[in-house]
Amino acid sequence: MSNTGRNGQPHDTEPKDIDLRIKALESILLDKGLVDAQGLNEIIETYENRIGPHNGAQIVARAWTKSDYKKWLLNDGTAAIASLGFTGIEGADVVVVENTPNVHNVIVCTLCSCYPWPILGLPPRWYKSAAYRARVVMEPRSVLAEFGLVLEEQCEVRVWDSTAEVRYMVLPERPPGSEGLDEKSLAELVTRDSMIGVARL
Amino acid sequence: MNGLHDIGGMQGLGPVPREADEPVFHAEWEKRVFALMVSTLGGGAFNAGEFRHAVNERLDQSQYLTLDYYERWIQGIEMLLIEKGLITQDELKNRFEKLSKEVG
Repeated sequence: MSNTGRNGQPHDTEPKDIDLRIKALESILLDKGLVDAQGLNEIIETYENRIGPHNGAQIVARAWTKSDYKKWLLNDGTAAIASLGFTGIEGADVVVVENTPNVHNVIVCTLCSCYPWPILGLPPRWYKSAAYRARVVMEPRSVLAEFGLVLEEQCEVRVWDSTAEVRYMVLPERPPGSEGLDEKSLAELVTRDSMIGVARL
Repeated sequence: MNGLHDIGGMQGLGPVPREADEPVFHAEWEKRVFALMVSTLGGGAFNAGEFRHAVNERLDQSQYLTLDYYERWIQGIEMLLIEKGLITQDELKNRFEKLSKEVG
């Protein structure tokens, strides 16, 4: 891991102090019945294992194989995504933007870390980094090149900055050579980065 | 208010720091903070707008620069729960000291 010390914490943080500070808060809230232990563990389990880019991948594969679904997804992303069971925090208003040979979309939250949790999970650290947030709106092509994606000059780049309510997801182009694959196999090809827009498939 | 979090277009920040095979959480304490936020938010202690405001604009701006992402979250959760009258600063302080003694 980069620029962090033991346990992924910044080097100037005492791991023991932060652990105790959180234990103090958690134990007070447990005592008062404001949170419950099982509920906390379920939240962690959900976001570590059940919610993640594999959810978004199902949406993409469905859109690639069913034109009616794709149309719905691009017109009313929130409803089309909810129809597959993906709802919840940070998913109340989702807009899906489509990549084509001539238009490449990429998402960011310049102010903080807004991200469509129900379909992509929690954002990676780089998405929350000052460098990504500051630069992708100013010099998207050079940021994408750092990710190994060099766009043709004639390809238009659209950068979508999340607002307090709206979260974006990129519908990547279906990769060449995937014509014979079924929906499930297609979903396995879809990566997190392709749905953020920092990669092509 | 103009805050340090409003960094779209800022220059001179260098390459985007990436990490291979990044885990969802980087430490146990991050998981606990995350779960506490989701749980207190879900319980109606505060709303998402209040939380976002607390961890960005309302933080002492020097803290915005020096605290880790989830450290800002713990700061924001404590701030809001105290303001809502659900916990007090003294309770946090006393419980922290008690736990410190137990750990030794």
